[in-house]
Amino acid sequence: MSSTTASATPLPTDAKAPAAAAVRKPVNPRSTKRRRTLAQWGFIAPAVIFMALFFGYPLVRNIVMSFQDYSPSTFFTGEAPFNGLDNWNNVFSDGLFGKALWQTILFTVGSLLGQFTIGLALAVFFTRRFPLNGILRSLILLPWLVPMVVSGIVWRRIFDQDTGVLNSFLDTVGLPGDTPWLTSTSMALISVILVNIWIGIPFNMVILYGGLQEVPKELSEAAALDGASAWRTFRSVTLPMLKPVITVVLVLGFMSTVKILDLVLALTDGGPADSTQTLGTLTYQNSFVQMDFGAGAVVGNILILISAVFAVFYLRVNRNEGK
Amino acid sequence: MATTTQIPAAPAPAAVHRPKRRWGATVFGLAVLAVMLFPLYWMINTALQPDASLVDVGPVPTGVDFSGFTSAITDQGTNLLTSLAVALGAVAICLVISAPAAYGLAQFNLRGSRTIVFGTLITQMVPGIVIANALYSAYVDLGLVNSYFGLMLADASLGIPFAIVLMRSFMVSIPREVIEAAEVDGAGRIRTFVQVVLPMSRNSLITAGLFSFLYAWSDFMFALTLNTTDDVKPITLGIYQYIGAHVGDWGSVMAASVLSAVPAAVLLVLSQKYIAAGITGGSVK
Repeated sequence: MSSTTASATPLPTDAKAPAAAAVRKPVNPRSTKRRRTLAQWGFIAPAVIFMALFFGYPLVRNIVMSFQDYSPSTFFTGEAPFNGLDNWNNVFSDGLFGKALWQTILFTVGSLLGQFTIGLALAVFFTRRFPLNGILRSLILLPWLVPMVVSGIVWRRIFDQDTGVLNSFLDTVGLPGDTPWLTSTSMALISVILVNIWIGIPFNMVILYGGLQEVPKELSEAAALDGASAWRTFRSVTLPMLKPVITVVLVLGFMSTVKILDLVLALTDGGPADSTQTLGTLTYQNSFVQMDFGAGAVVGNILILISAVFAVFYLRVNRNEGK
Repeated sequence: MATTTQIPAAPAPAAVHRPKRRWGATVFGLAVLAVMLFPLYWMINTALQPDASLVDVGPVPTGVDFSGFTSAITDQGTNLLTSLAVALGAVAICLVISAPAAYGLAQFNLRGSRTIVFGTLITQMVPGIVIANALYSAYVDLGLVNSYFGLMLADASLGIPFAIVLMRSFMVSIPREVIEAAEVDGAGRIRTFVQVVLPMSRNSLITAGLFSFLYAWSDFMFALTLNTTDDVKPITLGIYQYIGAHVGDWGSVMAASVLSAVPAAVLLVLSQKYIAAGITGGSVK
């Protein structure tokens, strides 16, 4: 390959062309460049194709499906005629949708509040120097690593009204130990939220701890010298510095909470009497239990819409901060 | 506790009474850990109790009884192997697809790269159940329902965006000169990638592989939705169906749960730093 090739390309990064190409007969610079670009795309193309198939296609397909009439036999006959807005009307007129939407909001807000507050408190705690700090900090990660469906099943055992350890513990310490944690419509959602808080604490803690490490110590020391109390220093110095990390934690927490499925299925299967049904489980119920993929797609699209609104909001906030 | 002097801590001005407070923090930390890990402890405890279904399961297993484990292995052993095979397959697919892409996006300056990186971040916001919804009907048409390969592909999708973002942020910092030097020496693009870039990115590859393993191992949703028969049944699905059928037999259910949690525990012990790096790395953007 002649040196003219390199000078012909606008990219300053032009690497010496690979030896394999040098064997070929000289070609004009333009087509060499095109060939190099093509070869470079070869590295990226498989990932783009994969993501198009496994994320892009489902997004589009889901929108189409929400206007189609699926029945249990559709997958044998291959026929799912278009039915206009029928699925949408059915889903919206069914009271279950509103209930699931409301419960999704409660679940998401409750989980995030609990995970974040406790995670932040622990992160602050672990910034102190004390023996065994590192070991304790990494062992707290364990609940986050165990498959969620397994955590759900373990908690289901702990929550059991008659034979669970939670109620027998409450009994022992003199509190009423007969709470139907998962079997009453008033308690089930709270119980599911509690378990999700437990699952989310390690993740929040690790990221916030990382963020706290980046906050310069001099600042809080200066504030302390100026006579600010520890709480005041934390609120006025540390928290503002931590804001970008807090945004990230809350966004990632929101994304993983709003679509939750595993945990609810393992704990309650959405019951009792739909009291723990969320948009995620409702999508599953519609599609894979009732085999009405059209209705499932409608709820799924709304779930996407909620995520998208949130994503736009997040990007806005981010952009404003960048200025 | 009088052992405080051993701590090789930075020389603190108030070294006289500080150590005592530090051990106080350790005690508090242990208490937090005890509360956080209690459910996992209880899982092990229940798995070892002979009468796990009774009200008063002792706080420690008195007569240790492995019958729960025996029946769990009999009933769930195959599912554990299925999980292992599917997770390893997913890791392989994930790395083969995302490592070159991460390299290309980090080093090639191609037009459209930024859009692809942005798209990668967006994919992490697509709810899994929506993917399963559409994938199921596509899988029916393609004959991929109830197949190992189909599940591996679906599970790989859990790790690919994360792996690309993670490895890309690492590969950006590989100096251009190193890559150019390799190409001057006559290495082709692919050889440069395999013999120079990959070894240099070892840590990020391990982290990405570790996380895609954990994602695939923990996957329940694709296992549940993309399988209609018992041909391909990972352990997560196995346990879920197990409690349906064996509600009374908590010993076996918990033993199976313990077995399914073992990889997480082992990985945590073996690769703490990669796990911490992965959790924070995923949050970079």
